[in-house]
Amino acid sequence: MTNELLFDFTVDKAAKMVYITREFDAELPLVWDAFTKAELLDQWLPPKPMTAKTKHQDFKVGGKRFYAMISPEGQERWALQEYTSITPKTNFKMYNAFADKDENPELPGSEWDHTFSEQAGTTKVSIVIYNESLERLERILDGFTKGMKMSLSNLENLLATLSKK
Amino acid sequence: MRRDIFQAIADPTRRAIIALIALQAMTPNAIAENFNTTRQAVSKHLRILTECELVKQEQQGREIYYSLQLEKMKEIDKWLSQYRKLWETRFNQLDNVLLTIKKQKK
Repeated sequence: MTNELLFDFTVDKAAKMVYITREFDAELPLVWDAFTKAELLDQWLPPKPMTAKTKHQDFKVGGKRFYAMISPEGQERWALQEYTSITPKTNFKMYNAFADKDENPELPGSEWDHTFSEQAGTTKVSIVIYNESLERLERILDGFTKGMKMSLSNLENLLATLSKK
Repeated sequence: MRRDIFQAIADPTRRAIIALIALQAMTPNAIAENFNTTRQAVSKHLRILTECELVKQEQQGREIYYSLQLEKMKEIDKWLSQYRKLWETRFNQLDNVLLTIKKQKK
């Protein structure tokens, strides 16, 4: 069903840019909400089995979202996003940085640019991410890889249990 | 100090050095002959590449030869593919969220 939806991921290592384009089988206002409303972001942004919680969000230029990714062990990794530009249902930009639990950002962060367009009920989102440092990406991946390993071992345990029956 | 690999390959001269020594191990002098720059500047680039572990040095007689660490280059590609995987996972989750909301609206 979703197989025909475009997914494009390219990295310009030298320019430190990541380009991500994805289509969604939904109308633009809904996809826009999924990218801009904390209660929806928290549902899909953390790769399972990680979860997320947003402490507060103010979606306006100069406003912020302060949230944490939470590992299955309960470890919280806080991050702070500041919205730098918003063109409703078309584009928004933000600056994303890891932070401590008291909202102090750890620089450098990354710059994010999201562009939305809709054609015949399919919404295309193009994301451009500029990372000042590779170490940031490594930190993001570290949490993800741990999460993946954990869900794989959960699956292994489940399969082992099932095959015993 | 730990170096940033992106930083290493962000410089055009360093990218050219990587391309050169990917073909064969070379001495700093031989590398410098390919550039319109001082031997000192080339040495600095080589030092940064070495600190990033993108190149390795080997002593052969009185000369030091620089060669490319292919594994390290592969490592970059490996974690980039993991980053891609992260986004695939996220977007699949988003597909489900969107589907759930659409069903609720009906």
